[in-house]
Amino acid sequence: MPGLGARLGRGGATTTLASLAESDCIVIMGSNMAENHPVGFRFVVKARQRGARVIHVDPRFSRTSALADLHVPIRPGSDLVFLGALVNYVLNSERWNSDPFFREYVLHYTNASVIVSPDFRDTEDLAGVFSGYDPQQRWYDPSSWQYAGRVQPLEGERWPCRPRIEPERDPTLQHPNCALQVVKRHFARYTPEIVEQACGVPRDLFVEVAETILANSGRDRTTAFCYAVAWTQHTIGTQIISCCALLQLLLGNIGRPGGGILALRGHATIQGSTDIPTLFDLLPGYLKMPRAIPQHATLADYFAHERPATGLWYDMPKFLISLLKAWYGDAATPENDFAYELLPKIGGDYSFQSILTMMKDGIIKGLFVMGMNPAVGGQNARLARQALANLDWLVVRDVHEIETASFWYDAPEVRSGEVRPQDIKTEVFFLPAAIAAEKDGTFTNTHRLVQWHDKAVDPPGDARSEAHFVFHLGRRLKELYAGDDSPAGRQIAALTWDYPTVGPHQEPDLMAVAREVSGYRVSDGRPVAGFHELADDGSTACGCWIYSGIVTPEGEHRAKRRRGDDRASLDWGFAWPANRRILYNRASADPQGRPWSERKKWIWWDPEQQRWVGYDVPDFPATKPPDYQSPPDARGLDAHPGTAPFIMMLDGQGWLFVPLGLLDGPLPTHYEPWETPVTNPLYPEQPRSPVAPVFLRPDNPYHEIGDPRYPYVITTYRLTEHHTAGGMSRWVPWLAELQPAGFVEISPELARELGISTGDWVVVETARGCAEARALVTERVQPLVIAGRTVHVIGMPWHFGFGGLATGGIANELAALVEDPNSLIHEAKSFTCTIRKGRLREEVGR
Amino acid sequence: MSRESTLVGRTRARPGAFGFLTDTTLCIGCKACEVACKQWNQLPMDDFGFTGMSYDNTGDLGATTWRHVAFIERVADREGRRPTRLQPFQSNWLMLSDVCKHCVNAGCMEACPTGAIIRTEFDTVVIQQDICNGCGYCVPACPFGVPALSPLDGKAHKCTLCYDRLKDGLEPACSKACPTDAIQFGPVHALMDRAKARVAELRAQGVEAQIYGDEALGGTGGIGGLNAFFILTAPPEVYNLPAAPELPQRRVLPAFLTTALAALALGLATLVTFWRSKEVRHD
Repeated sequence: MPGLGARLGRGGATTTLASLAESDCIVIMGSNMAENHPVGFRFVVKARQRGARVIHVDPRFSRTSALADLHVPIRPGSDLVFLGALVNYVLNSERWNSDPFFREYVLHYTNASVIVSPDFRDTEDLAGVFSGYDPQQRWYDPSSWQYAGRVQPLEGERWPCRPRIEPERDPTLQHPNCALQVVKRHFARYTPEIVEQACGVPRDLFVEVAETILANSGRDRTTAFCYAVAWTQHTIGTQIISCCALLQLLLGNIGRPGGGILALRGHATIQGSTDIPTLFDLLPGYLKMPRAIPQHATLADYFAHERPATGLWYDMPKFLISLLKAWYGDAATPENDFAYELLPKIGGDYSFQSILTMMKDGIIKGLFVMGMNPAVGGQNARLARQALANLDWLVVRDVHEIETASFWYDAPEVRSGEVRPQDIKTEVFFLPAAIAAEKDGTFTNTHRLVQWHDKAVDPPGDARSEAHFVFHLGRRLKELYAGDDSPAGRQIAALTWDYPTVGPHQEPDLMAVAREVSGYRVSDGRPVAGFHELADDGSTACGCWIYSGIVTPEGEHRAKRRRGDDRASLDWGFAWPANRRILYNRASADPQGRPWSERKKWIWWDPEQQRWVGYDVPDFPATKPPDYQSPPDARGLDAHPGTAPFIMMLDGQGWLFVPLGLLDGPLPTHYEPWETPVTNPLYPEQPRSPVAPVFLRPDNPYHEIGDPRYPYVITTYRLTEHHTAGGMSRWVPWLAELQPAGFVEISPELARELGISTGDWVVVETARGCAEARALVTERVQPLVIAGRTVHVIGMPWHFGFGGLATGGIANELAALVEDPNSLIHEAKSFTCTIRKGRLREEVGR
Repeated sequence: MSRESTLVGRTRARPGAFGFLTDTTLCIGCKACEVACKQWNQLPMDDFGFTGMSYDNTGDLGATTWRHVAFIERVADREGRRPTRLQPFQSNWLMLSDVCKHCVNAGCMEACPTGAIIRTEFDTVVIQQDICNGCGYCVPACPFGVPALSPLDGKAHKCTLCYDRLKDGLEPACSKACPTDAIQFGPVHALMDRAKARVAELRAQGVEAQIYGDEALGGTGGIGGLNAFFILTAPPEVYNLPAAPELPQRRVLPAFLTTALAALALGLATLVTFWRSKEVRHD
């Protein structure tokens, strides 16, 4: 999410699945799209039928590769070298330097011309780290990454904001410290030769990919990138994604039909669960969760530090105050800062991996698990189960008795007698949940499209929806805390929690929830038409500003609409924000507002009507003319010129150089995975991410670089036939029979070396643990030659566990806790292991 | 491999016949068809277990599997080199969603002694469960090995082309679930025209595609074409499909005549032998 957000303004996919059908070239990398997004893949097939080139860059030959024109096998964890080399190749290509389209797009729509502070030092100068690095704290002080220029403080604000920055620019793009030249120097080392060395991709194959992308980008053609968690789940995951955004900006592919970056989400409504987040550090609509720091002490402090003077985020007070009104109702008044004081403030890292260790260390005593299976899905799964076993209480809601509910009597360590159930003090409550077809609700899919689904059948027995559980839990908590004057009691008492209920089971009325999410006028409850109607004076309430307008003033839920067409299908569901389908679509027109070409027209300026028109909702002020110039004291979007497509950014431009927002540097830099058999060919002095959060503890040991005991690279992934940690598939006979047992995929070359045949039992081992599986020897996996030596890759689906019909060794037993500093996402796509033929315990039955 | 002669797309399907076009070049092997079929028809899971045959763990069509996705890995060349530049659409890891072919002249139906197997108004071939007595004659009569006896009820089962859904104006569950339109449902003659256009298009891109299920390939030997037919990019044997199937019944008359002829010849030979031995005795 920060990978796209830092450069483009929003973390969401910039385009739609349907728009892929209009692509001339589709690069699928860090994703096995055909297997994990088979429905979305229909648009890739459509594009192929219309003549598009499909490129799959992936360590394995998967079902996606089978439908591609080009399969590029790559070493897991080397993606950034490949992407960086594409950037370098493009910047030095004749086509990019001679076709005026690229220059025009980059000059107007990106920060290419901005002069970077002379204090900035690149990784190229400092042996693999940027300026501002503190090796003791393992973090960066980003003050040297700033723009050179003037800072203009602003006065007379209703709510305070940060000062306005006016950077120096060089429109000739020749200044040695302008962003484009800095980028060019940074990537100069990322050559096809380095790609061959680090990724194991032959030079000519890399050049073919680069040429294909170049030939299919420009005024009349567009290339799209599709990625999924195989980019995210690395210690440099954010920077890999960010590098793709950089490349697509250079190629002029953002904001245009058939272009863009499609962030394929892990599973149904994962997008929705970051929009209205289950994340610890965000409030709905990507507002920053306040922290327990002086800068966030009061609402005014929060705005003074978080609210920019320019760009759409200038409207932050409208969004946050409307949220506080939605949550705290009459208890939120202008006099009490709209009850800002009641919002919990974060005091540390409460991301998934951190709370696992806190549970194990006895800091966290109770846990609700809904729609998750950490006993199998948690990194270092053995540690995850030890954490569960150290709780006082655990509530698991699921459709089957998943491993997280049964670990205390069924886990491998219990079966082997190592741990006795009577020694586990955790009180486990298992509650049956309703699945999607058994309840009304919405999904927010991979391209921000919200779609309503009706209940088809009643859930069986005592199974209830999540909404039912959460609503009644909250209701009972309010009863329990009534009259309690402690901070927790006041927080709970102030919450509006008055949804009407329907039906025999008193399900909360989801239309009432939707109206709150969408926003309304406090005086009469009338729904607002969109976030442009939200106010910062407490007269409006809105549960999630980016979803504002999903319920129309007439009371219609737009996610229920089902009228599609050949273009943007604006009447099919509702896409946030404001039903815009392709984000940053101002860039689909040239600086003067004309379509770049007839073939790729999307929205354009109509001088007659004096407004933006076209197939989509403009992601731009509808009547701001292309030649608009901002007055020097303008704020918000008025401070952006008529040529600034990236409305969430401070300057309205896509950022080639990122002066703020990323914790591991302003430019993407390749570091090896935390566990790797090879050294970093680009920065030998700095093999691994200098700022990746690590968990140095005895129950989470790491392998040294090139540790001979763990010579193989392992990557974990999913199969079409199963759903994540298996809760919805391994217990279902029709799905379980399709992939009935855990297995590992190994190449015939490695199988010969180790004497393994298909069907044999094998044990995969790391310093964290072991997993037993069946061997599937296949040519679809291949050894790669990295810097002159053969590196074997082992593939292992991570769906399996000890419960249900389809069982198998837990792949996450092998993985370590180690994270990307920006997203706090684990590294499961590349680490090291060893493998041997045989079984874990000979006495275990067949 | 020149297949020009095979692109005839001729079928004896009756006017108004409905069927499937399964275009393997668009198939991503997701098995949604297999699951949708089992769910709609409420079929139980098969013998459960890891087979090691690529991603195919259900093995074959059978009494409880009426759509089955076969996976054929043809990735590396003889030297073990993996391909990078691939032919357009599906290649190197072949996936085929197999199904009952609903033959224009169906062996199973002709072999059925009870009349349980009928041809419906959609020209599909359906086993009526209330009439089937489980004799199993249909099993060897099918050149494709489709019908099978279920150990659960002893009767023969196979794809009904979702007869119940067709009656209600719905398309079959498998084609409805297919995300890439690799399985298309419709009138056979219209599907055949579409298949011919698609094969021509594929060949123009250098793909050696062919129709399996017309009278030249797959619908041979008196079958007269398959109402559920396929577009393949490799010889049919690669997908475990017979290259030249024929109606077993077509062997009855030749077998009968051969037998009669043989009997006659043997009889004559016996007579001659006896005659000659008499002559020998006279000598």
